[in-house]
Amino acid sequence: MSNVYHIVVCAGIVPDPLQTLEPITTPTGPALKNEMMLPAVLDPWSGHALYEATNLAAHFPGSKVWLVSAAPKAKLQQVMMNVAQKASFELIPIDVPANGFADAHSVAKILGEAIQTIAGLDRSRLLLFGGWESASRGAGVTMQLVGERLGIRDQFQGVDQLTVQNDGSLEILERIEGGRHLVSTCQGPPALLGWATGNLPEPKNNPQVGMANMRAIMPALQKAKPASLFQNVRYVSVTPPKQQRQTRVVKDRSVDEIAAELAEWIVQS
Amino acid sequence: MSQNILFLAHVDESGKSLPRIAFEVLGAALDLAAGSGGVLTIGLIGENVQEAADGLASTGARILSVSGREFAHPRYSTDAAAAEAICRAATPELVITPSTSRFLRVIPGVAQRLSGQVDTHITSIEIADSRISAKRWFYRQRLEAAIQRDARPWFLLMDSGCHEPWTGAARTANIEPIDVPVSPDQTRTVFAGIRTPNSDAQTIRPDAKLLFVAGAGWCKKQGDGKNHVAEAEVAILSFLQNSGASLGGSKSLVDQSGENQAVLGFMTHLNQVGQTGSTPRHPKGLSTCCHGEEPHVVGWRFINERRAINLDPNCGWARGKADVLYVADAFQVMERLNALLAKK
Ligand SMILES: Cc1cc2nc3c(=O)[nH]c(=O)nc-3n(C[C@H](O)[C@H](O)[C@H](O)COP(=O)(O)OP(=O)(O)OC[C@H]3O[C@@H](n4cnc5c(N)ncnc54)[C@H](O)[C@@H]3O)c2cc1C
Repeated sequence: MSNVYHIVVCAGIVPDPLQTLEPITTPTGPALKNEMMLPAVLDPWSGHALYEATNLAAHFPGSKVWLVSAAPKAKLQQVMMNVAQKASFELIPIDVPANGFADAHSVAKILGEAIQTIAGLDRSRLLLFGGWESASRGAGVTMQLVGERLGIRDQFQGVDQLTVQNDGSLEILERIEGGRHLVSTCQGPPALLGWATGNLPEPKNNPQVGMANMRAIMPALQKAKPASLFQNVRYVSVTPPKQQRQTRVVKDRSVDEIAAELAEWIVQS
Repeated sequence: MSQNILFLAHVDESGKSLPRIAFEVLGAALDLAAGSGGVLTIGLIGENVQEAADGLASTGARILSVSGREFAHPRYSTDAAAAEAICRAATPELVITPSTSRFLRVIPGVAQRLSGQVDTHITSIEIADSRISAKRWFYRQRLEAAIQRDARPWFLLMDSGCHEPWTGAARTANIEPIDVPVSPDQTRTVFAGIRTPNSDAQTIRPDAKLLFVAGAGWCKKQGDGKNHVAEAEVAILSFLQNSGASLGGSKSLVDQSGENQAVLGFMTHLNQVGQTGSTPRHPKGLSTCCHGEEPHVVGWRFINERRAINLDPNCGWARGKADVLYVADAFQVMERLNALLAKK
C-alpha cells in the first residue's frame, strides 16, 4: 500500500483566452459582458495539474484522482464534455457563480469544505494539486488558503516537476526568478502542489475515456447544490487598458535600413 | 486613518542583501506610511539578517527579525512560521511585501493563519477618500481594477517595477530578534539546490532592458520550402549575446519541444510569455516571427516600447499591439542587426 496517492485537483474554468473581455457592473459587483455566453475552458495551469495527476496515478496502482471544481454548473458541464475525454477522474462539482472577481478566500472556503467531505479520501495519502495561478483572478493564493484550512504545511508553487524517489520521498521543482528551479525533497504526502506547465503535453481526446467518465460526471453535476460566495472585495473600478497603440507599419524598406533603425533603438537608453 | 504597516522581506540568495524588488516595495510602503500618518515596522527573514538590516537602518523603522539556519532557504513551513511570528509581534493592519517566488508561495497561508486577507501582483497602493486602494490586473492583464478590503491585516504583495527603489546609507541596525522554534514536522521538506534549465546560456534575464521574443515562425518552413532551425539558433543566441536581452517565446514555439519537432534547443516553457506564461517587465520588447495573438500579447502588458518583425502586414502586432511593425524577413534582419550590434 505504499506510494498510493489520493490526488485532489482543484480547477476552475475561465473564458477562452481568444475572447475579448468587457467589464460590466452588476448589483453583485463586477462581471464580464455576456459572461454566460463566452466559451469556457479548464483553467490552463490547473489543467496541467490534472494531467500530471492522472499520469502520476497511472504509475502508482491503487491511486485515485478527484477533480474539485467551483463554477457555474452549466458552464462546467460544457467544459467537462471536452476535459472528460482527456483524463480519468471523479468530479466533485460545486455550483457557484465563480468568476475572476470572486474572492479567493470565499472560494478557498468552499473548496476546503468540499474536500473534507470526499468519501474514501485518505488524508495521509493526499496530494492536493491545483494551478499556481488562475487565468481569471491570477492571484495564486487560493491553493495556499485551501492547504492551510486542511492543515497541509508542505506546499509548493510554480511546480514543473514531481518525481517519486525510491524511498517514497518526493523531489519537487518549483519555478523561481531568472528562469531557474528550486529543488526540494519532501518526505511524502500530505503535500500541496500548485502546478505551472509541468512536462506533459495536453492529452489527446479519447472518446472512450470520455464516455466512461461522463457516466459518473453527469449525475454528479445534476446533484451539485448551488452555493453562494461571500464577497470580501470592494471594487472601486474595473477598466480595460486604455492604450491602443498607433502602429507604424514599415513596409518596402531594405533589410539594412530596418536593421540600422533597430540597432539605434536598442542601444538608446 | 493612521495605519500600522509592516514591510516584510527576506534576504536574497547571497544571504546578505535583499532582492532588488524589496527596495522598490519598501519605497511604496514608506510612501504609504507617510501618506496615512502610519508607523512602519520592518520584518526580515533569513539565515543572517544583520547586513540586510544595516542597509535599511536609515529608514528609522523598528526592525524585527527571524533568523537562523532553518530560515536560510525557501520552505513553506518555516517561512510561514517566521512570517507569522513577525506579524504577531508587529500587529499590523497592513502587511506589504515584495512578490518574490518565496513570498508568493507562503504569504497567502500566513494571511489565513492570522484571519487576514491577501492580494497579490499589486501594481500600486493609493489613499483615496481616506481609504486604502490597491490596483491589480484580472484575467491575465486584460482588466485593471482598484480594490479595497475591510479585513485586517490586509496582506499586499507588490510586483517589481512599480515603484522607485528606496535608497539610504547603511549603518548598524538595532534588530529585535524573534525566536521561532522549528519542530520536526516543519522539516519534512528540505532544500536540495537550485537548478538552471537545460540551456547553454542563461536566457532569462529579469533585469535586461530588452525582451526579445521568438515565435513559431523561426522553426517553420521558409520561402525556400525548408526549415532553418540551425540558422535560427545562431541568429537568436548571437542577438542575446550582442544585446544582453532576455529571451521570451510564444506558446507555439515552446510547445514544440514536447512534440518532437525541430526545435530551438535553448527554449523551454520557462521562456513562454503570455496568458499561460510570464508577464515580464522590461522597458522595451522586440518580437520576431510571432503573430501577436491576444493570448501572447497579454504577457506584454508591462513592456512599454514594442516593436515587431513579421512577414505578415496583417499580423496581430499591426493592430495597435506594437509601436512599430517591420514587415520583413526576420532571418535577414537579425543577421544584419547582429552584425551592427557586434560592432557597437
Ligand atoms: C488556453 C490558451 C492559452 C494560451 N497561452 C498562450 C501564451 O501564454 N503565450 C503564447 O504565446 N500563446 C498562447 N496561446 C496561443 C496563442 O493563441 C497563439 O496560438 C500563439 O501565440 C501563436 O504563436 P506564434 O505567433 O509564435 O505562432 P504562429 O501563429 O504560427 O505565427 C508565426 C508567425 O511567424 C511569422 N513568420 C514566419 N516566418 C517568418 C520570417 N522569416 N520572418 C518574419 N516572420 C515570420 C508568420 O508570419 C506568423 O505571423 C494560448 C492559447 C490558448 C488556447
